[in-house]
Amino acid sequence: MVVISALLIGLVFGAGIALSGMANPAKVLNFFDLAGSWDPSLIFVMGGALAVTFAGYRLVLKRPGPLLGGRFHLPARRDIDPGLVLGSAVFGVGWGISGFCPGGVIPALGLMRFEPVVFVAAMVTGILLARILKRQDLSAAPGRQGV
Amino acid sequence: MTDFTPLLSLLGGALIGVAAVALMALHGRIAGMTGILGGLLPVAGDWGWRAAFLLGAIAAPALMIRAGGVAISFESPVPMVWTVVSGLLVGVGVVYGAGCTSGHGICGNARLSPRSLVATVTFMLASFATVFVIRHLIGGF
Repeated sequence: MVVISALLIGLVFGAGIALSGMANPAKVLNFFDLAGSWDPSLIFVMGGALAVTFAGYRLVLKRPGPLLGGRFHLPARRDIDPGLVLGSAVFGVGWGISGFCPGGVIPALGLMRFEPVVFVAAMVTGILLARILKRQDLSAAPGRQGV
Repeated sequence: MTDFTPLLSLLGGALIGVAAVALMALHGRIAGMTGILGGLLPVAGDWGWRAAFLLGAIAAPALMIRAGGVAISFESPVPMVWTVVSGLLVGVGVVYGAGCTSGHGICGNARLSPRSLVATVTFMLASFATVFVIRHLIGGF
């Protein structure tokens, strides 16, 4: 049940990404190109997604827990640490270079093109690399709180 | 050039929102691609829903093209070596930044999380700046 539900939700997510244009790196790059071939479409993607999620979360999070059991897994941290800002900046530079972000590129794998595969391989490498770096950081500074 | 597609993009965005709300309502999970994918590296106890979500997300565009006859535009205008550099930066960045466009940009901001707001403003500004530098200061790839 859990697997079928997640598969269907993944289908809706992927369809949304594909229809919205987020799976097309050229479109994403044009959104960021204010001084050139600006394509404001992504404002509508963000607007549509945020409006639905904002309203939907209000209703859902009033419930005692998820319908398929377990609990709501919600990030509890509220502090702004340097890692959050620097990491997000590095992500933004990477996104601005290729126009691929994680949520856009995973559905783009279904387009059977070469570039998303190359990007995902590099991204997974980056994720694993960052985890190693982060672990060393934490063991070098033992007083610090883990993430 | 890419076409301005306000209605399709709004519809697509709304579907992304429906998926985010459904994943929380049914599974209690944030629809952040970084978190969902990261939980599979390595494959751990709760891999089933994660793998199924990814599979659905990948299958959707393929089904739309094959079964629905929908045309989905795709163009990657960047040399492959820069795609690799970009992938590495995105991977490192989302681990330290604890999320991406879906997790922070949609789910976190919808919860009015201050961390997500800071992350979103930061990565958007960095992306605008990067495209400006690449296309208008150094003249593209």
